[in-house]
Amino acid sequence: MAYERKFKIGKPILEVNNISLAFGGVKAITDTSFNVLEHEVRAIIGPNGAGKSSMLNCINGIYKPQQGTVSFRGQVVPNITPNIMAQMGLSRTFQNLALFKRMSVLDNILVGRKLHTKTNFLEVALQLPKVKKEEKLNRERSEEIISFLEIEDIKDTPVGKLPYGLQKKVELGRALATDSSIILLDEPMAGMNVEEKRDMCRFILKVNDELGTTMVLIEHDMGVVMDISDRVVVLDYGKVIGDGTPDEIMANQKVIDAYLGVEH
Amino acid sequence: MKPIFMTYTKKDLINLAVCMVLSVLIIPTFIKTEYWYTSILIPWLCLALATIGQQIVMGYTGQLALGAAGFMAAGAFAMFNLILRVPDLGFVGSLIVSGLIAAAFGILFGLPSLKVRGIYLMVATLASQFFIIWMIDKFGWFKNYDSSGIITAQDIVILGKPFTTPLAMYFVCLAVTTILTLLAMNMARGSTGRNWMAVRDMDIAAESMGVSLLRTKVQAFAISAFYCGVAGALFAFCYLKSLEPVAFDIKLSFKILFMCILGGLGTINGAFIGAAFILLFPVLLNAIGNNVFHGAIDATIISSIEQVIFGLLMIIFMIYEPLGMAKLWENLKQSLRSKLFSSGIKNLKSSAQKSE
Repeated sequence: MAYERKFKIGKPILEVNNISLAFGGVKAITDTSFNVLEHEVRAIIGPNGAGKSSMLNCINGIYKPQQGTVSFRGQVVPNITPNIMAQMGLSRTFQNLALFKRMSVLDNILVGRKLHTKTNFLEVALQLPKVKKEEKLNRERSEEIISFLEIEDIKDTPVGKLPYGLQKKVELGRALATDSSIILLDEPMAGMNVEEKRDMCRFILKVNDELGTTMVLIEHDMGVVMDISDRVVVLDYGKVIGDGTPDEIMANQKVIDAYLGVEH
Repeated sequence: MKPIFMTYTKKDLINLAVCMVLSVLIIPTFIKTEYWYTSILIPWLCLALATIGQQIVMGYTGQLALGAAGFMAAGAFAMFNLILRVPDLGFVGSLIVSGLIAAAFGILFGLPSLKVRGIYLMVATLASQFFIIWMIDKFGWFKNYDSSGIITAQDIVILGKPFTTPLAMYFVCLAVTTILTLLAMNMARGSTGRNWMAVRDMDIAAESMGVSLLRTKVQAFAISAFYCGVAGALFAFCYLKSLEPVAFDIKLSFKILFMCILGGLGTINGAFIGAAFILLFPVLLNAIGNNVFHGAIDATIISSIEQVIFGLLMIIFMIYEPLGMAKLWENLKQSLRSKLFSSGIKNLKSSAQKSE
């Protein structure tokens, strides 16, 4: 790469070891392993139904895989739940948008500050000075994120009333507000037009570049994936069929077959 | 709008000032009939407080719970026993402890919310309603072994001063309700309320942001039950002036649920609007029955009509305005403001034309 990265790609931050997940008799993921290095942009690609979203749900603790483990910074995480992963510094967005629809954009992003909020309900009810101090800090950070994502003009709008592309941005904002060291993005650019996609790519790269946040994204647009990611893992029928740099992946015969189909 | 004091904006403070002037100065000066205090204002404040409790668990946290009256009964009988057995606590102390006892029941009966949701949770929370009433009926200790079934509530004494006149009791209810309402507003607008609403709107995302579902739901049930407990104690001591489990039956729970829904889910002021509507509407119907039809309509028919209209209104609100009367009130203010504003502009324009 031509430019010097502020955060050099480091040791593995997240490791997925031999994960298998089945829903009844349907195997979603079979014995899959790959890793994510600190500060890199890692893409997970694959045809529909390849088990990409299921993979993220396993990493994040929403699904419990029948086999395999997830390690965070070299340590196997026992009993993964979304809450535990959030506390370890892993945040995410969802494929089908999981925003708090009746709350404003600002409030949605403020929920992302939950783990930086230490005051309890009694202190909040009485509005003690430390509550105000904390709330002020959280609001400042949220406003920063809002202006970074260029959504200042909609910050008081209830999220449910926003168009899809903006909702995706808000969801990214909420994940950013956690100040996590790693963010999982489940199809952050689905349903967006070219311009919106370009914006989104810019935000993802900027976050990665300026804050050093590790990004794991699922994406269907090959152009985007090859452009922004450092390494790509390809899943097909719940198995890894390719893992490497974008150039390696593009030259991988198995990947080409999976995408274009093979003559039998 | 920027908050000026605590979480309140300038608008809130003006509203608060208006409400306080109205309730502390104007109402006591102009309303002299006891009927208004004993039959309308006092139950209104008590039930509005219970409705805030219902709002916290249902409107803010999105947990369909039905059993507010059970927690009210727990609060009321706890109050009776505390004043009877621990007189040193005083009225205010007993009121707080009764709320806490109700909150303990709230935690216990809120636990099913971790496993079941929606209508199933509603059925599960009904257990609180029946269990608490059954417990009070079953064990004579709670009623101090009174055989008559109806116990007279003790007089309210705060700092050695008796509060026995309707006006004095009204002020007791007003003070408690005002303080608890302000605290509820602080919570609803702060990080606590955001956690509640996050759980309501999308629990899996809330959990992924580090919001613990267990803690948030149980907390909401506990706070809700605290509010209901305090409301129940006030309801028994200021309004009923007696304690009987029958007063806290399932009908009262439904009444509070209606107040919550008609007032507007997820609003604090909706609790007051909803409670006022449900309390005043029968009074209005009776007045119409007596004055327009001169008693030609039987009282039982009027109370049936009341039920029919409540039911209809519930359906209409659920379909057309899920945010209830609080939202209608907001819309009304908005349209009035824009009308005034646009007519103001017209006046300006016409005067400008005249001057030309």
